[in-house]
Amino acid sequence: MHIEKLSLFGFKNYEEVALTFSNEVNCLVGENGSGKTNLLDAIHYLSMTRSAFNTIDSQNVKFGEEFFSIRGDFRLSEKALPVLCSYQEGKGKTFKVNKKEYARLSEHVGKLPVVLIAPNDTDIIRDGSEARRKFFDAIISQIDAEYLDNLISYSKYLKQRNSALKRFANVGRTDYELLKIYDEHIIGLSLYINQRRSDFIIDFEKLFQNHYDKLSEGNEKVSIHYRSEASDSDFKELYNNALRKDLALERTTMGVHKDDFRFTIEGKPLKKFGSQGQQKTFLVSLKMGHFDIIRELKGFKPILLLDDIFDKLDSRRIQHLMERVVNHDFGQIFITDAREERTRTILNELKISANFYRVNRGTVIQ
Amino acid sequence: MEYPSKLIEQAVEEISKLPGIGKKTALRLALYLLKESEDQTLALSHALNELRQNIRYCKYCHNISDDEICNICVSHRRDKSIICVVEDTRDVMAIENTSQYTGLYHVLGGVISPIEGVGPSDLNIDALVNRVKDSHGAVKEVIFALSSTMEGDTTTFYLTKKLKEYEVKLSTIARGIPIGGELEYADEITLGRSILSRTAYAKD
Ligand SMILES: Nc1ncnc2c1ncn2[C@@H]1O[C@H](COP(=O)(O)OP(=O)(O)O)[C@@H](O)[C@H]1O
Ligand SMILES: [Mg+2]
Ligand SMILES: [Zn+2]
Repeated sequence: MHIEKLSLFGFKNYEEVALTFSNEVNCLVGENGSGKTNLLDAIHYLSMTRSAFNTIDSQNVKFGEEFFSIRGDFRLSEKALPVLCSYQEGKGKTFKVNKKEYARLSEHVGKLPVVLIAPNDTDIIRDGSEARRKFFDAIISQIDAEYLDNLISYSKYLKQRNSALKRFANVGRTDYELLKIYDEHIIGLSLYINQRRSDFIIDFEKLFQNHYDKLSEGNEKVSIHYRSEASDSDFKELYNNALRKDLALERTTMGVHKDDFRFTIEGKPLKKFGSQGQQKTFLVSLKMGHFDIIRELKGFKPILLLDDIFDKLDSRRIQHLMERVVNHDFGQIFITDAREERTRTILNELKISANFYRVNRGTVIQ
Repeated sequence: MEYPSKLIEQAVEEISKLPGIGKKTALRLALYLLKESEDQTLALSHALNELRQNIRYCKYCHNISDDEICNICVSHRRDKSIICVVEDTRDVMAIENTSQYTGLYHVLGGVISPIEGVGPSDLNIDALVNRVKDSHGAVKEVIFALSSTMEGDTTTFYLTKKLKEYEVKLSTIARGIPIGGELEYADEITLGRSILSRTAYAKD
């Protein structure tokens, strides 16, 4: 699967641009702030129906404009697949494939998967549990549409229940019958999501560890531990027992929105005890695990978006990635770099041929 | 935006509060009204005033009505043993258009959605329960025709719980309704058919 053409109107710092890509390596080079990452983000939009960096669509409209459109011509097992994502102030977002609009955006997720490696990935390790849930949920959603639907339902029921709890506190009267309706859904969906996440992690951890071992020469033991209240066989009881606490705190304290994926190195928390290098290795391995599991389950390779990796990764980790490029493990790749020479040198040494695109404040020269 | 007059600004401000109308459209509408004859604008403001001051809701079904009791509730040709529960007046209009339904209605005034500040007590739910209760068995069936969204389903579920202690058959209209779930967008034939082929709600 790859993207052949991309055209943007009014997207971030682009007024209008149209590009044709190689189905192998594409390098986007240019000064910082010129719009390289924005191009990757446009591709991300076409894959995940939203930005990887700013999920408020209106803020991705070019300043002073009223709408943006992102059009991509994809090819999926020889079939041409035009994808159009547009957003208009006041009207919202529409998403069309082959000129047909989706009833729900979630239907598109997973059809044209991407894996993005970006500087802010370190949040996955440093931030709270939400960042890790988001990371893994995005992967599972790409391979399992039913999971995404259930996840969306879960979050709706949770928001309604939390709002109801606040309301009850305000008016001083609790409608237990309404809560019960929400509870039934939240409990049922929690059990489903819990099962799916734990099954997924078993498969994923193997792929992940495989990369970590190669990168670290097999000297360190790393793991991902999935923790969830819903794993408890008494979950339903625990949830129901939390009602008084929930009413007092005016929010739902039990459920899979509290899940965490704990990263450990030699049995200790990675965030505290992992060196900078170990954390980077961990991240690259997570991302390669993402790539591998999609390839395995979908039967084709996702598009790989590599944002500023030559800045952020050291030579060993870069080498690991580049070996895979040389071996044609990857499909289509996009690499951004502020230093064109650096990228050219690395690719030349490995005899990797690539298309180069010079990005300069919202214009691109191919 | 800078307006040449305070009066224009005021009008734009108010018109743009309407759903789906931005400042630009509001300005266009305001200038249009100024170009039209004065009578036209007065007729509009008169209609709005009348609407606001004299609108009434049927004391039985809560549909918008000119009188204390609406045309449907007052009619002898309607089957008083069936009540169809809907969100708002537009749903009543859509179902009436199908000419397939001869029972009565109950307009809830929305669906339960605490996120939007709408709890069960903000809707005409007690009134529905009382209608069923006070009928002493005359109401034989309640049909739920709420949108098939999470909020619509929650509301249907909530109502079935409230009504289950009464001797009344509960059913929902078949879901042949386009996504988005809004009854008003369903075409008349599908909607008519779905009312006829409604499915009974299991009471447990
Ligand atoms: N909605 C927007 N309208 C106009 N410009 C924007 C918008 N959002 C971001 N930008 C601009 O995009 C630029 C950043 O582009 P980016 O792709 O991150 O650069 P880089 O080449 O360093 O990756 C900044 O100059 C920023 O002001
Ligand atoms: Mg960048
Ligand atoms: Zn009436």
